[in-house]
Amino acid sequence: MAFNIYDFTSFNQSIDKALYEWLPPFWAMIVEMTIIGLVFLLAYAVVGLLLVYAERKVCAFMQNRVGPNRVGPYGIFQTIADFIKLLMKELVYIKDSDKLLFNIAPFIVIIASFMAIAAIPFAKGLHAIDFDIGIMYVVAVSSLGVVGILLAGWSSNNKYSLIGAMRSGAQIISYELSVGLSLLTIVVLAGTMQFSQVVELQSSGWFIFKGHIPAVIAFIVFLIASTAETNRGPFDLAEAESELTAGFHTEYSGIKFAFFFLAEYMNMFIVASIAATVFLGGWMPFHISGLEGFNHVMDFIPPLIWYIGKTAFIIWLMMLFKWTFPRLRIDQLLNLEWKYLLPINLVNILIMAFIVLMGWHF
Amino acid sequence: MKEIINLPVHSIEEEEYHINMGPQHPSTHGVLRLVVTLQGETVKKVQPHCGYIHRGIEKMCEKDTYQQIIHLTDRMDYLSAHINNHAVCLLVEGALEVEVPERVKYIRTIIDELNRIASHQLWWCSFGMDLGGLTCFFYGLRDREHILDIFEESFGSRLLHSYYTPGGLMQDIHPNFQKRTKDFIKYFRKKIKDYDKLLSGNVIFENRSQGIGVMSKEDAINYGVSGPSGRASGWSCDIRKKYPYGVYDKAEFNEILRTDGDTYGRYMVRMDEMRESMKIIEQLIDNIPEGDYTAKMKPIIKLPAGEYYQRVESARGELGIYCISDGNKTPVRMKFRTPSFVNLGVLDKLSRDMKIADLVAIGASLDLVIPDIDR
Amino acid sequence: MNSIYTYFADIFHGLKSLLIGMSVTGRYFFSPGQIVTQQYPENRKTLKMFDRFKGDLIMPHDANNQHRCTGCGICETNCPNGSIEVISDRIELPDGKKKRIIDKHIYHLGMCTFCSLCVKTCPSDALAWDQTFEHAVFDRSKLTKILNKPGSSIIKDIE
Ligand code: SF4
Ligand code: SF4
Repeated sequence: MAFNIYDFTSFNQSIDKALYEWLPPFWAMIVEMTIIGLVFLLAYAVVGLLLVYAERKVCAFMQNRVGPNRVGPYGIFQTIADFIKLLMKELVYIKDSDKLLFNIAPFIVIIASFMAIAAIPFAKGLHAIDFDIGIMYVVAVSSLGVVGILLAGWSSNNKYSLIGAMRSGAQIISYELSVGLSLLTIVVLAGTMQFSQVVELQSSGWFIFKGHIPAVIAFIVFLIASTAETNRGPFDLAEAESELTAGFHTEYSGIKFAFFFLAEYMNMFIVASIAATVFLGGWMPFHISGLEGFNHVMDFIPPLIWYIGKTAFIIWLMMLFKWTFPRLRIDQLLNLEWKYLLPINLVNILIMAFIVLMGWHF
Repeated sequence: MKEIINLPVHSIEEEEYHINMGPQHPSTHGVLRLVVTLQGETVKKVQPHCGYIHRGIEKMCEKDTYQQIIHLTDRMDYLSAHINNHAVCLLVEGALEVEVPERVKYIRTIIDELNRIASHQLWWCSFGMDLGGLTCFFYGLRDREHILDIFEESFGSRLLHSYYTPGGLMQDIHPNFQKRTKDFIKYFRKKIKDYDKLLSGNVIFENRSQGIGVMSKEDAINYGVSGPSGRASGWSCDIRKKYPYGVYDKAEFNEILRTDGDTYGRYMVRMDEMRESMKIIEQLIDNIPEGDYTAKMKPIIKLPAGEYYQRVESARGELGIYCISDGNKTPVRMKFRTPSFVNLGVLDKLSRDMKIADLVAIGASLDLVIPDIDR
Repeated sequence: MNSIYTYFADIFHGLKSLLIGMSVTGRYFFSPGQIVTQQYPENRKTLKMFDRFKGDLIMPHDANNQHRCTGCGICETNCPNGSIEVISDRIELPDGKKKRIIDKHIYHLGMCTFCSLCVKTCPSDALAWDQTFEHAVFDRSKLTKILNKPGSSIIKDIE
């Protein structure tokens, strides 16, 4: 069993082979799925907690504060302490709420984000499923979360929640378009929707450089639209705490609230991963064709580090957005999408198609 | 005997619904309760309900001597405590026809302006927070801290100072006062540029505030909206210019007037007022004359029987104090015309047919302080 | 054509203003030297309040356990919310005259509004402000303090 931090393919295959030799195929598959599920569950929790901590630290530094610094060195156990606190909190039952939907909603939100992770390539050979329509799958699945938000708002029997949920519905449905179209721009350039191939194709240069200006525009549009899709500031209208107290999750408490909270951060992680994969080459090191020595040095850094670095950069950018800008109003939010992002995106795809047609890209 | 009390019932149209903003709501900054009638997200009517923090300050004044009244006025508009104190002091000094030393006038004016800046800073950061820019909140508080330190060093407290007494001051200013104030102005001139970069020029902020809650000059006068909110509508109502007190007549400053009357205008007036206040302080800080820090006053102050009115320009608008005395050491009636209470009245008119997010922005731009509304 | 121009001008103006805003927060992010947070319980040793800070009302006593309070009760009448109770005794001096001395000077910290009127009006400057500020207690009765120390007496030459 060869473990290689530059290429996980053989490692995974050896586990796969061992399992199939050892067990009947059906059970081997079950065991495999369970392992992957558990690994993802663990990673989900860890990444979620880390992101919450990171967000609090980042925003603190932007605001001349130090942020959490009491629990553990530099406060690294703060989020764990918070999590324990949330676990111990009472789950408040709301009078006249729709019990079933009220209880189901957080799970829908969290499952939607959980499903999207499956398709993301973390390093060479390190992904759960390599769909040949990976990009489309992620776009489709990640927008399922809005169902949970709508249900949460509707079933809470609270007007604030309802307003928040309706806002969120309008918002996500609109911005889904821009997310899809900006990814489509890159699909036009790459000619494939499979994540592994998308990454491989960037070995000679990331798409954001390869695709000239249209790729840069698509990147910016994707950043804006995906920030909106994850309900983060400045597009956090669904929970707009100065208007709607806490929006759709006003009535949630304890661990159910934690689910919403965690899902928000995981969604951010997912869109950052997609942005990193599609625009910045995923785990692919930074290559400049022609400079062999430089490329070798870059190859020396493990792909997982590249991936994490790029994702972290995009997450940092999204945090910078959140902690700098005031919130938009709902009609302005929709204006931004339908008047600016969508037309720009459409024209952008045309230009990109033209560039690809003429072979002007690198 | 059966009596039918006709309470005015607000008829509710189809598809309209009420929400209660407050008494606990993040954007009402206290215990103000707004019953908002909405249609979808559009505000149809706003009914403010006051009284959640009513402490009966006006009634309490009737049992207090004039020296004791001062510490009560701190607690009305706690963000411009000095200016409230100033109003009482001016009222008593005017009634007794006491001439306070020049030094006191200078110090009072400088401290009032510092207080105004501190109040506007807090307004700025909570305004940013109401619009969703949480970082503003920390920048504003960070800079306000410097003023509070100046206050703490000289008067021993940070928010409720009770520093002015009828006839003068509690004690002389701290020897460091002038240096610290000058340092602060140097510091703040730099930091206020950040404020502009972060909020004033931001395209999202401009869209959120321009053309939102437009108040015409007539409305401002009819509703009595004074202070920066009134001046944003073009109503020249600065007491410091119109009825100068302290040494405002010796300092050179502009009355900031704008004509747009929207949320953005009210925002800009306050931003410019901070700069004007710094200008006033800079002119006065080096020229504080030597002298006593208080005039000779009798230990028991009795105002001659009669009615008195004194107004000052607080950070929120015109603060008026109406006082009836029967010649005793306590007043018979004290009435405070607090700016926040009057400015609240126009909220309903401004926010009709706006979105619920605009209601928050308008409320923040009027700079309401809830204890000032309820007293 | 003009509308197209304004359309793009709007976009660029908007993007530029957003970038300016981000530069402010970004700059602070990369300059941790500007952090203003004070680590409160840790910096207790070095934390020094300003001399004039009004923390707690005290009655300064000198080395002989003597204070300056005559028990006149002026502070009590001047306090706007009755936070001070002066309980005085009458003692007979050797020469037959009666003299008022302080028995208990009771101060309710929980009711005090720190207006400083008592300190200012005391004719013999018997009161002063202390700079302590950690006043939190579990029991409200602990906030009631007797300012004159047990066994203390008045400094001779004060009338
Ligand atoms: S503290 Fe001062 S005012 Fe109060 S009783 Fe003693 S001497 Fe009189
Ligand atoms: S500071 Fe004011 S409230 Fe406190 S004891 Fe003295 S007079 Fe009373």
